[in-house]
Amino acid sequence: MSRILRRHEFVADDWVSLGDTPPGDTESVIVPFATFRENREAWLARRGRLGVRLAPADRVEDLAPDLPRLSLVAVEFTGPGEGRGYTTARLLRQRYHFTGEIRAVGHVKQDQLYLMHRCGIDAFELAPTEKPEEALATLTRFKVAYTPGAPLPGLVRERFRTQREA
Amino acid sequence: MYRYDEIDQAVVDQRVAEFRDQTRRYLAGELSEDEFRPLRLRNGLYIQRHAPMLRIAIPYGLLSTRQLRKLAEIARKYDRGYGHFTTRQNMQLNWPELRNVPDILEELASVQMHAIQTSGNCVRNVTADHLAGIAPDELDDPRPYCEILRQWSTLNPEFTYLPRKFKIAVTGSPQDRAASEVHDIGLQMQRGSEGEIGFKVFVGGGLGRTPIIGQVVREFLPVPDLLAYCEAILRVYNRFGRRDNIHKARIKILVKSLGIEEFRRQVEAEWEGSKDFATRLEPAEVERVRQFFRPPAYETLENIDAAHNRELEFQTWYRYNTRQHKVPGYRAVFVCLKAHGSVPGDMTSDQMDAVADLADRVSFGLVRTTHNQNLMLADVRQIDLYDTWQELKRLGLASPNIGTLTDMIACPGLDFCGLANAGTIAVAKQIQQQFDDLDYLYDLGDIEIKMSGCMNACGHHHVGHIGILGVDKHGEEWYQITLGGSVNGFTALGDVIGPSVRQHEVAPTLQRIVDVYRARREDGERFIDTYRRIGLKPFKDSVYVQDSAAA
Ligand code: SF4
Repeated sequence: MSRILRRHEFVADDWVSLGDTPPGDTESVIVPFATFRENREAWLARRGRLGVRLAPADRVEDLAPDLPRLSLVAVEFTGPGEGRGYTTARLLRQRYHFTGEIRAVGHVKQDQLYLMHRCGIDAFELAPTEKPEEALATLTRFKVAYTPGAPLPGLVRERFRTQREA
Repeated sequence: MYRYDEIDQAVVDQRVAEFRDQTRRYLAGELSEDEFRPLRLRNGLYIQRHAPMLRIAIPYGLLSTRQLRKLAEIARKYDRGYGHFTTRQNMQLNWPELRNVPDILEELASVQMHAIQTSGNCVRNVTADHLAGIAPDELDDPRPYCEILRQWSTLNPEFTYLPRKFKIAVTGSPQDRAASEVHDIGLQMQRGSEGEIGFKVFVGGGLGRTPIIGQVVREFLPVPDLLAYCEAILRVYNRFGRRDNIHKARIKILVKSLGIEEFRRQVEAEWEGSKDFATRLEPAEVERVRQFFRPPAYETLENIDAAHNRELEFQTWYRYNTRQHKVPGYRAVFVCLKAHGSVPGDMTSDQMDAVADLADRVSFGLVRTTHNQNLMLADVRQIDLYDTWQELKRLGLASPNIGTLTDMIACPGLDFCGLANAGTIAVAKQIQQQFDDLDYLYDLGDIEIKMSGCMNACGHHHVGHIGILGVDKHGEEWYQITLGGSVNGFTALGDVIGPSVRQHEVAPTLQRIVDVYRARREDGERFIDTYRRIGLKPFKDSVYVQDSAAA
């Protein structure tokens, strides 16, 4: 079982991604958005926890009505320059007030972890080449930021505030 | 000028530490070239034809003399003793070594400078009018807003991996010297119905392969909404801008394909929908930043005729290389980087040091960089002009050709740039040779030549009165010429005059073009005005006449 960096700790992954064999009814499973849409009711009727995986081009608003019934949204990054997931995560947290786990999957490298976290991603399925301690350290490297974002321990000051805080 | 507080300093310091670690991992083979590229680009580092190229940010073109001396020192210590000032008001080093770059960045951080986001697909250096704060026609100083945008865009977690680069310009004056309409976002200051300051927002302008003039997305944007609205624009772009084709990835292509109405609808909907979590620009923050741009301690002086009873050479320099200032008794002075035989925009470390000393003496210790690749001493007392001129002359920085044909813009071209199709430096020298008679240049008057070594258009050739674009024809360097482009209050893209010409034909072709102008101009008419009146045809007819005679 792979390990996940979740809320600053490495934990055993208690989710499975949909593979060739159908998941057990009580298993926690992450399904691609396209697969979920084909059979939405059936997926939602399962007893196990459900997560949906959004590819970069998937529109988060299309998933919005189902968010209250999801425990996890996986946001996929397909390469080092792929940036749509940052907006996806931010909208999930801030526009749709999703409180479940938002997990970065795919090309998840230590150099982008901080930015991902600030956009509201709170769990990381690190690429296999990544060194866990180094990755963890990137989340405490920054002490200040200009723009507001998800809180980080160690991040003590932000310059700007959001409309809500102001 | 703006001074870092502990937040700003910590941001650059932590960034240097991060990049030092990334460079170490790259050199140790822990990061692949593909992974390192976006990281180094976001720290200003390109890999060019001969060596890495480091682009150092000069936010909205403002430098303290301490910073200019640091640039001189860095160029001397880590490079070959000179730097290149760009059309985006930044400075480039052409020969730094990769392993030294973290040290260079650390030295920059020690004087409140950085190279963050000077390249890569992210929000770049925010630029402004080089006469900001001193122009008589200005509504308000744009630089506080540039600084605020700089901070907001720096390491912005949501917008660091955009489909393509993103450039913002702010102008406070109707004479749009920041070329805001050819930027991804152009902000033109306006007054609202209550007399309050706000912005007319242009979007989707840009040069490059597909030159497009920006369109108005919002007529009036109040200051407190500045960041929120930019976030809405960037969010729509980040989500729906094309990522499958690098040549179609700029926001201008998205705006064009959606149409401005639909694009506006999406932005406004995004803005509405993010009202509670968008970044708000509070009046107190605007005030905090504005304090740094308060006018220097000007003396109460009268305007004088500084050129009176001086030698002709000084009078000429005064006329061409200085500009009106809104405070009586002062003028703005160009430090000319376009002397005959020079590479446009290049400056040696010794010159930088000397200009820093001069600025300390005569211009409140501040220096500006301009879009035309010159520097400027913005606040010189008229009684100091003569001494200033003598010192600049001694330094080879007083060539009295500002605004004339040889005050041309040129990107680094094939000599340095890995993307170039053709050289620009040799052509610049050829043009300097052809037009080396100052009286003749003065007679030609205001003509802007802008030259790029490839269609990425770093030399802004589309908006030159005369634009020169390097093209590759079967491995040879050829040049396509356009006429009639302009910025500064009237943005227009140039028209291609005809087939491109060989390198040695560029200056003779320009000669034929200006001959037409001289023959056809009416009283006091500038080149661009004549062009607008008579159109392309007379120029085209005469430029190619010899070719057809020879054929
Ligand atoms: S216009 Fe082309 S040749 Fe010139 S600097 Fe830009 S990319 Fe290089």
